[in-house]
Amino acid sequence: MSTKTFFRLGVIFVVLLLLSGTTYVVNEAEQVIVTQLGEPVGKPVMTPGLHFKLPLVQKANYFDKRFLEWDGDPNQVPTKDKRFIWVDTYARWRISDPLKFFQRLRDERGAQSRLDDIVDGETRSAVARHDLVEVVRTSNREAAPIETGSEEETVLEKIQTGRQVIVDEILKRASARAADLGIELMDFRLKRINYVEEVQKDVFARMIAERNRVAQRYRSEGEGEAARIRGERERDLQRIQSEAYRTAQGLRGKADAEATNIYAEAYGRDADFYAFTKSMETYELTADPKGMLILTTDSDFLKYLKRSP
Amino acid sequence: MNRTVFEDRIHIDLDRFSEYAYLRKYLRPAVILLVFLILAFMTVYQVQPEEVGVVTRLGRFVRISEPGLSFKIPILEAVQKVPVQRQLKQEFGFRTEEAAVQTRYSPNAFPEESIMLTGDLNVAVVEWIVQYRVSDPYRYLFKVRNVEETFRSMNEAVMREVVGDRTVTEVLTVGRQDIETAVQEKLQHLAKQYDTGITVDQVVLQDVNPPDPVKPSWDAVNQAQQQRDRLINEARAEYNQVVPRASGEAEQAVLQAEGYSLDRVNRSQGDAARFKSLYDAYRRAPQVTRQRMYLETMQRVLPKTGGKIYLDKDAKGIIPLFTLEALQGRATSKEASQ
Repeated sequence: MSTKTFFRLGVIFVVLLLLSGTTYVVNEAEQVIVTQLGEPVGKPVMTPGLHFKLPLVQKANYFDKRFLEWDGDPNQVPTKDKRFIWVDTYARWRISDPLKFFQRLRDERGAQSRLDDIVDGETRSAVARHDLVEVVRTSNREAAPIETGSEEETVLEKIQTGRQVIVDEILKRASARAADLGIELMDFRLKRINYVEEVQKDVFARMIAERNRVAQRYRSEGEGEAARIRGERERDLQRIQSEAYRTAQGLRGKADAEATNIYAEAYGRDADFYAFTKSMETYELTADPKGMLILTTDSDFLKYLKRSP
Repeated sequence: MNRTVFEDRIHIDLDRFSEYAYLRKYLRPAVILLVFLILAFMTVYQVQPEEVGVVTRLGRFVRISEPGLSFKIPILEAVQKVPVQRQLKQEFGFRTEEAAVQTRYSPNAFPEESIMLTGDLNVAVVEWIVQYRVSDPYRYLFKVRNVEETFRSMNEAVMREVVGDRTVTEVLTVGRQDIETAVQEKLQHLAKQYDTGITVDQVVLQDVNPPDPVKPSWDAVNQAQQQRDRLINEARAEYNQVVPRASGEAEQAVLQAEGYSLDRVNRSQGDAARFKSLYDAYRRAPQVTRQRMYLETMQRVLPKTGGKIYLDKDAKGIIPLFTLEALQGRATSKEASQ
């Protein structure tokens, strides 16, 4: 069996090796630089599919064609208004010129560390050139009205540049510096912005104070309103009662006056007779079974008793 | 090329097992069958209903295969399955550990994801989820490396951008809907710009809170609000307790006065009418009438009076004869009877 079979196997192995050395497969997400003994040869291969090269002396160097991520380390950066914040950024980039990329950076690891230098640097200087509020806010949008609190609404500070402009600026500067490396920066964003711990404490304290102010306001609003309603109650009560009293007294007075007029008109015809009838009525009304009546004989009633007929 | 290798292998195997004639007879067809099966297995593949298959030939994209059984050229073609129909979800600031009727959440918070600055430079803790689908499997696979991670970063950046444009009160109270819409729009725009092949279905805010150290003071505000409403309501209740009754009572007093007026006027008119009639009669014979009225009155009064003392007009000093007690007693009883 042996020698012949081994020979045949050997031939097949060598043929396979040569074949595999002459072909390489580029997939959709890749691009290739062919190097001959380390020196780049020809144009970068961008189209996916099967490609050929010289075996042994030429080598296919693969690069990613897709958008790649770059994630910055969170950085402690002071803003223009001297507030220390953590800034965490990310960027999307791609290898736009694989030849340059290969010559300058060799591989992605090299690229990441160069991007760290470039983007972090630009971020740092851009943030330092602006106030914190400019980095946080994007537009001079008006805050939506809050129905309950009148003074509760904190008015949003006006900004001059805003986040988007700063971000664009960083992207532009970083792109310019990265272009020479065969890198195209697609997008840059501020992922996270946060106060550093010491500042955060102050901010929380401020928020608490502000909330307390609002709460205090609500409380005193409630007390004030309640007092006002109580006052209203007192006033309405007095008004209603006094108005009723006034009306009632007026009515009574008018009636008294009318009655007086009527009496005067009637009794005025003969005051003496009135006095007489009224006295008679009164005698009758005041007659008291337990009372004692002392009469003298010079009264009209008894005058006949004394005078003998 | 491949076939040669296989046949060769078969030769070797046959040589090794040459002693066994029985095996030699059956091994060749068995191996051929096996190779055939393997090739068939590499040719046929199944795509699940919620997926599509992305087929590449020697690395080059050639076609997308729909759900069901499909065929490909073995070895040369490769297929990657992408779940385009499935709704995918990412969580920010929290993690669902086990989704069930009673969903369990991871006890670890992810503050670095959820703490953000608001437009008035306050701090809010915002948790949210995003639901999305892969709408373009080609872009999803070949345009962006590490799409999921990219998408997370986009989410965080966009959410902070939107929250950074609002006051903390807005973020915590009325602004939720508004924020969700804004984030979704911007995110969709960005996903397109990055060629991710992702369609954003929905952004849903979950817990949105003030930071823990500040929470009690937010609660205090709510409490104060309640307290204000309570105080006002109490005062209103007091008002309502008193004022309508007073109105009724006032009306009563006025009506009573009206009654008094009617009474007074009617009575005076009655008295006047009576007097006038009497007077008209009296005028015709004043002396006699007067005398008669006097005497008649006396007639009625005297029987009703308890004690009567008739004194001669010339009798003086008779009064001291009565005991003081008797007079006093009579006086008090008179007062009492009044």
